[in-house]
Amino acid sequence: MNWEVVIGLEIHTQLSTKSKLFSGAAVGFGAEPNTQTTLVDLGMPGALPVFNKEALRMAVMFGHAINAEIGMTSVFARKNYFYPDLPKGYQTSQMDHPIVGKGYLDVTLEDGTTSRVGITRAHLEEDAGKSLHEDFHGMTGIDLNRSSTPLLEIVSEPDIRSAKEAVAYVKMIHSIVTYLGICDGNMAEGSMRCDINLSLRPKGQQEYGTRTEIKNVNSFRFIEKAIYTEIERQADILEDGGRIIQETRLYDPEKNETRSMRSKEDANDYRYFPCPDLLPIVLTQEYVDDIKATLPELPSQKAARFQSEYSLSEYDAHVLSSSRAMAEYFENAQSVVKDAKLTANWAMGELSKLLNQEQIDIDQSPVNAIAFGELLVRIKDNTINGKTAKDVLQAMWQGEGSADDIIEAKGLKQVTDTGAIEAMIQGILDANTAQVEQFRAADEDKQKKMIGFFVGQVMKASQGKANPGMVNPILAKMLKG
Amino acid sequence: MFEQSISTLAQKLRDKEVSSVELTRLFLDRIKTIDPQLNSFITVSDELALQQAKAADTLLANGNATSLTGIPIAHKDLFCTQGTLTTCGSNILNNFIPPYESTVTSRFQQAGAVMLGKTNMDEFAMGSSNENSFYGAVKNPWDLNKVPGGSSGGSAAAVSAGLAVAATGTDTGGSIRQPASFCGITGLKPTYGRVSRFGMIAYASSLDQGGPMAKSAEDCAHLMQAMGGFDDKDSTSSETPNDDYLTNLNAPLTGLTIGLPKEYFGEGLDSKVADTINTAVKEFEKLGATIKDVSLPNLQLSIPAYYVIAPSEASSNLSRFDGVRFGHRCENPKDLMDMYTRSRAEGFGREVQKRIMVGTYALSEGYYDAYYLKAQKIRRLIKEDFVNALKEVDVIMGPVAPTTAFGLGSKTSDPVAMYLEDIYTLSVNLAGIPAMSVPAGFVDGMPVGLQIMGDYFAEAKLLNIAHQYQQHTDWHLQTPDLAKGAQA
Amino acid sequence: MSIDKQDVQKIAHLARLALTEEDADQYQHSLSSVLSLVEQMQSVNTDGVEPLSNPLEMTQRLREDKVTEENRRDAFLANAPKTDAGLFLVPQVIE
Repeated sequence: MNWEVVIGLEIHTQLSTKSKLFSGAAVGFGAEPNTQTTLVDLGMPGALPVFNKEALRMAVMFGHAINAEIGMTSVFARKNYFYPDLPKGYQTSQMDHPIVGKGYLDVTLEDGTTSRVGITRAHLEEDAGKSLHEDFHGMTGIDLNRSSTPLLEIVSEPDIRSAKEAVAYVKMIHSIVTYLGICDGNMAEGSMRCDINLSLRPKGQQEYGTRTEIKNVNSFRFIEKAIYTEIERQADILEDGGRIIQETRLYDPEKNETRSMRSKEDANDYRYFPCPDLLPIVLTQEYVDDIKATLPELPSQKAARFQSEYSLSEYDAHVLSSSRAMAEYFENAQSVVKDAKLTANWAMGELSKLLNQEQIDIDQSPVNAIAFGELLVRIKDNTINGKTAKDVLQAMWQGEGSADDIIEAKGLKQVTDTGAIEAMIQGILDANTAQVEQFRAADEDKQKKMIGFFVGQVMKASQGKANPGMVNPILAKMLKG
Repeated sequence: MFEQSISTLAQKLRDKEVSSVELTRLFLDRIKTIDPQLNSFITVSDELALQQAKAADTLLANGNATSLTGIPIAHKDLFCTQGTLTTCGSNILNNFIPPYESTVTSRFQQAGAVMLGKTNMDEFAMGSSNENSFYGAVKNPWDLNKVPGGSSGGSAAAVSAGLAVAATGTDTGGSIRQPASFCGITGLKPTYGRVSRFGMIAYASSLDQGGPMAKSAEDCAHLMQAMGGFDDKDSTSSETPNDDYLTNLNAPLTGLTIGLPKEYFGEGLDSKVADTINTAVKEFEKLGATIKDVSLPNLQLSIPAYYVIAPSEASSNLSRFDGVRFGHRCENPKDLMDMYTRSRAEGFGREVQKRIMVGTYALSEGYYDAYYLKAQKIRRLIKEDFVNALKEVDVIMGPVAPTTAFGLGSKTSDPVAMYLEDIYTLSVNLAGIPAMSVPAGFVDGMPVGLQIMGDYFAEAKLLNIAHQYQQHTDWHLQTPDLAKGAQA
Repeated sequence: MSIDKQDVQKIAHLARLALTEEDADQYQHSLSSVLSLVEQMQSVNTDGVEPLSNPLEMTQRLREDKVTEENRRDAFLANAPKTDAGLFLVPQVIE
């Protein structure tokens, strides 16, 4: 059977406020257990929440970035359930009146096509604490540092049709929230976590199949793999004539499989109702407009500008603008060399290769944008050729100094003196008389293939320092005799 | 000495006629001799009280005193007090010592008041008789076979018996006014949002309000000076500036219009109580007020609306009592579910469990619209009734409760009958307006309270009206024999 | 409006209250009588009436994003039934 996959995503984004959503406790990853808690985060008797202004501003920024309606009146509701890391026995969230209403994103896939993913809503809520299952005398330890950390939960429509599209969408959300500076985007630390709702239906069928929800997937790679494995699992069941059970599942990256979370099996009735300790958040048009007016440039706007201002291709512009750090790196390097195409090629080529090898982000690059730009200047002014430049970059990466220092120290300066090149070519021609004669006897098509041999010899003799742009025409002329 | 007003005592303290330590000792001694008969205190904090009294004497000596400096008062045991056991009348908090202070108690501390201890109450403020306390029922000082009312029954009994100059209470559906009425003292439930709820253990967040319980309106005014006003730790706290409750106490009542809602004088009201209230209203006419009939057509609906809204909020508010971070945990839980269900079943009393279940049901899937949402709509109708009536009159008067204090154990078998007794008080909490109970006479030896209800933030007006009445009557000066028995 | 014993057990489970058979009988009775009392509401037409959740109909005040609280872990942990290494301990949670 030909199955169509239907995916909707819920992305929990941790907002990078200084203090918690409802208390003045510090927010931060990795602190000693329960040291970043107040009576509010611990759900002590008599504790009351007071809402963080900055979390509101961040949510509204995000709403603008996804072309959404802003909830001019939004309401906090209590979602009631018992869990040891949920101290109050309810999570303060938003239900009927979220801060961000319907919006959308146009997602660019690797093949350059774009698709529109609808966003149902985005709402503010508090995070829960953490249950630590290491052995504490056979018990579970509860750390409430994360309790009441502000989250923006972004809920998509079931518009996604493939794992690749899902990843592209999450990457785009990631790039938007980091561009806006409302989330640090650190997925390993849980700053962005994804719940995947997935179902299959026969191609052409209108109604949706039964879905499962895969909870808390926290890397792009795992999202892709979890989707593939869940598609396979569901397809196997359906093809054997079985039925999918609507349930919550967990992705296990080690075994690359999803499995049922039995502890949450217990069908929950969350008994949502408006939180009586908090009041409706009512926004003025002026407040909403001010935030819109001061919104930083978004990835899609930046990509468009890169195309028009630097004449980059759509693909290059998209890649370079996908992360704020990469875009800044590109623009800073470009401002030194004043050659966007050259900068784009080197940033996306050699530099990205090195970053991938070391598995680090651009903002951790040992070669900063200005130093990188200075290297590109030496390519552009023919001081070194591309091949040499790769070696220089490698040396810069190892911390051996600036491009100019390395070129100087290693004597890598390109030979651009016409006389010197002519002399070098003459030497090669003299040493290879048989090949010269063959060349001269051959027809034009054959000659084109044969010239490579002579170029190679010249470069070898010059230890790569001869400027290929100059070698080629001089060689052609001298070969003709 | 124990019968004297805050103003008089404050003057005596300032004049060094008595020290705060002496005054505090006097009340601690009275608690020791009299309270075994009443059970009005859960915790008596002798040591802390004497410490605070000493500090107050220093303030008095330095001339840095407020009218509350050195005055011994008691707090309902649902205000969290740092370092002092806070039980909320429940077994689930039998060992809970808060590491923080409620805004109300901290404001009294700042004013230099002395805390004698924490008063008994219906568990989690759920009840109208104080029989729902894990720490035993409280007795009415006027008749030890009768209830003091609830849920602030301990505070009412303590003030009535002269075991504290004044006390704090909280009122979710009548919990200040009804016990004040039953024990013959003066109590004020302020406008919702007037007194901070921070550090007050929640029963029903949108209804709960702390307030003063004292022997007179003037004493209540002194307490409100300290406890009222905006608090940035409570999102529902009003930014409307706190009034000066003392300056207008003596304003004359000429031109005052009083509304009498016919719904407050209908079926169910004890005829002798009705007579007492009517006599009190006549007294106001003598003071220059005019009387007008008004109507609160949806009054009956306040009972069902309240018994949906309050339990719903409570079911959620009380989820935090789960045996994880504080309070009672059952012995040897076999797993997590066992820990939750047994800790809570052992920790909460029957009435609390019942209300948690009513609320859980009312909020559950498929019932929310029919119960919770419907009740919230009725809540608006009830509020509009008051708003409309208060367009025509300055204040509304009526009884606090249909009867005087009833016998201990007489209504425990039929809790729904007990719920119906709250008919005159619940609607005020649903609307969020302020209301008082003022001693207005006796029926068969038991006190009767007159209820005065006013517009939002009209506390100063209510206190003025009650004070003028108390200048011309002496019902509030009556003390039960039990109080006189001990040394004065 | 009355509810059966199964309903009572279901509600008690949601509310995490352990009930004996005898308790369930009693609560079935007392919950049913409260629910009948509450049933009166259905006789009123509330079409077009906006629900009221806060009597003053105020709006939410905003707090500056500032860290105002310091670490008081030990004071809080002092009230906990069981702790270790700065953590609250509970019977093992099975994921």
